[in-house]
Amino acid sequence: MSLNDNDVILQVKDLKKHFTPHQSLIQSLAGSGQKRPIKAVDGITFDLRRGEIFGLIGESGSGKTTTGKMIMKLIEPTSGTMVFNGEDVTHTDKLRTQVYRRQVQMIFQDPYASMNPRFKIRDVLQEPLIIHKIEGDNQKHDEMIIKSLTEVKLNPPAEFMGRYPHMLSGGQRQRVATARTLILNPMLLVADEPVSMIDLSTRAEILAMMKDVQRDLGLTYLYITHDLSTARYFTDRIAVMYLGRIVEMGPANELIDNPIHPYTKALIEAVPEPMTGKVDVIKELPISGEIPSPANIPPGCRFHTRCPYAKPECSEQSEPELMDAGNGHFHACRRWKEI
Amino acid sequence: MDKILEVKNLKLYYHTNKGAVKALDDVTFDLYKGETLGLVGESGCGKTTTGVALLRMPSPPGRIEEGSQIILDGRDIMPLTERQIRKDVRWEEVAMVFQGAMNCLTPVYTIGKQMMETLQEHREMEKKQAEELIKEYLSLVGLPPEVMGRYPHELSGGMKQRIVIATALFLKPKVVILDEPTTALDVIVQAQIINLLKKLKKTFDLSFIFITHDLSLEAEVSDRICVMYAGKIAELGTNQQIYGKQGPMHPYTEKLLQATPLLRKKVESLSFIPGAPPDLIDPPTGCRFHPRCHKVMDRCKVEEPPLIEVEPGHMVACWRCVK
Ligand SMILES: Nc1ncnc2c1ncn2[C@@H]1O[C@H](COP(=O)(O)OP(=O)(O)OP(=O)(O)O)[C@@H](O)[C@H]1O
Ligand SMILES: Nc1ncnc2c1ncn2[C@@H]1O[C@H](COP(=O)(O)OP(=O)(O)OP(=O)(O)O)[C@@H](O)[C@H]1O
Ligand SMILES: [Mg+2]
Ligand SMILES: [Mg+2]
Repeated sequence: MSLNDNDVILQVKDLKKHFTPHQSLIQSLAGSGQKRPIKAVDGITFDLRRGEIFGLIGESGSGKTTTGKMIMKLIEPTSGTMVFNGEDVTHTDKLRTQVYRRQVQMIFQDPYASMNPRFKIRDVLQEPLIIHKIEGDNQKHDEMIIKSLTEVKLNPPAEFMGRYPHMLSGGQRQRVATARTLILNPMLLVADEPVSMIDLSTRAEILAMMKDVQRDLGLTYLYITHDLSTARYFTDRIAVMYLGRIVEMGPANELIDNPIHPYTKALIEAVPEPMTGKVDVIKELPISGEIPSPANIPPGCRFHTRCPYAKPECSEQSEPELMDAGNGHFHACRRWKEI
Repeated sequence: MDKILEVKNLKLYYHTNKGAVKALDDVTFDLYKGETLGLVGESGCGKTTTGVALLRMPSPPGRIEEGSQIILDGRDIMPLTERQIRKDVRWEEVAMVFQGAMNCLTPVYTIGKQMMETLQEHREMEKKQAEELIKEYLSLVGLPPEVMGRYPHELSGGMKQRIVIATALFLKPKVVILDEPTTALDVIVQAQIINLLKKLKKTFDLSFIFITHDLSLEAEVSDRICVMYAGKIAELGTNQQIYGKQGPMHPYTEKLLQATPLLRKKVESLSFIPGAPPDLIDPPTGCRFHPRCHKVMDRCKVEEPPLIEVEPGHMVACWRCVK
């Protein structure tokens, strides 16, 4: 499938982020000097299509947040490129970065922590307009604030503008947080675990609201989570990350109904379901142990140390690249036909 | 089956300067020996408060009110003094893994030192002997002895949670309250911890109270499920009664389940419960859920529904279930 450049809002190519660890005092005293780079993101490539919700999924430590931060331009990539609307934005000057930060917004996990409790909602929403020096007097700003509150369905907007954050429910606070990102008219929203700490009903409410807003305004989302169940409901496509690489990518339904990579299969296995009859069962987990350290990535296929199907060839051969299995479904397992 | 715990008419109010927050209002349930009882409900419905009440450790300005009974293994612990509670009950018989505890390990001490302190607070023991015991418990939760020399920031979330669990089991309690023990963990680590808890429960002959807002997880863990809303029990039933074919009977439970995303089935939309849980200083009259209920009747607005047994072992507080 070939995509017109116009259909792609962001192209990520072989993006890497290697951190240099700070040596701890103890290490330097002990003279155990070798600093190994922490390969948090180690060569990922994907396109974000205009108007889609793209999910980035994986275990803790797989590099999801680091990827999100690079896309937000909060940290510099070690190598690789990011092309936004046809323009290379991997390295930009201060001015361009400022404009970029308006076009690409982030939704935070804990909307309460990111709001000044002494600000009324009106002021919470005006803050980004002031930070980004958006022109207009208070009245013009009020119009923009009302518009964004209406977009997230906080009705009547005028009444909510006079409230303080503590006077809102969790769901309403997340709506305000979303309104605050929408007020700058972004094209792309990065949402890093926006609902993971929120209870079920509120979570459903927020995801439904975010989806409505996305459709109404034609936005593109990068949705970062370790929760496959919400990802299936919420996203159009999913990429599964393992230890800094994408190991499988495809349309959400296809990927979850027909997973190819043993890691994706294991993730799906582990997800609990609201069905009876499992209390006395010890769940068979196809993979054990913890994700290896990104400072010490296994050779060959980086998943081989935990893979139930691994053979010597998996560690001896070079790292598998993403392969196309058809239907836009990509995976990085050489032995996929045998397993 | 024998009861390890009987909770009767439990009331815990937080006496704030704006008035009493009725966080638990007449809560009655039993915990059987060897079972896992799940506590579910939206944020603020009183799950954690139930846990700390059972430890007789309400956070200020909370107070367990007159008339509440907590009968542990046949003995009412409400009349006991704080000294007796410390000596016989808290951590000794009833232990709790607190919500977010894994992030509350002291950053400046090694794991070994922290576990040692907890142990020596409660037991007179030689250092050597204590160390052996710590190693034994670490191995029970699947961790190598080297962990003792590590600092919390050097460990993953899953490892820290294992340590918190090991520490809760130190004094050989009979009842363990687990408050959102896996919420911050990813699915694979969550499944590993749940498997571990199931094994430990057998090994030590424990009874669990498992608190979470995740109904999917509760289905895989709890023998019986207690659904709370605004400081009251809305529904209490067996795993089969809540998750089986027939489905739950309280409109609140029904809605909570519909708000649960499913992995193996694509759902076009999730339903949610409009509005928010009520102010517990001045809760709604009648059924506390009535302002948000999709099946509300006139009676619900004025009269409080009793928690009645609709079939053996299945309790529901809803006027629609009263014949
Ligand atoms: N500033 C940093 N310096 C050194 N290592 C880092 C830094 N930031 C992240 N890492 C490491 O990079 C790896 C990937 O981290 P990242 O936060 O991207 O993971 P994640 O997939 O978002 O995990 P989680 O689900 O826990 O949020 C981890 O091993 C982490 O410890
Ligand atoms: N120390 C306190 N002082 C005053 N009110 C309190 C205190 N602790 C809890 N509350 C109130 O008591 C009610 C029950 O709180 P609790 O922490 O038990 O809820 P929960 O079900 O555990 O929620 P969550 O899922 O968010 O952990 C809430 O309305 C809460 O605001
Ligand atoms: Mg992250
Ligand atoms: Mg709680």
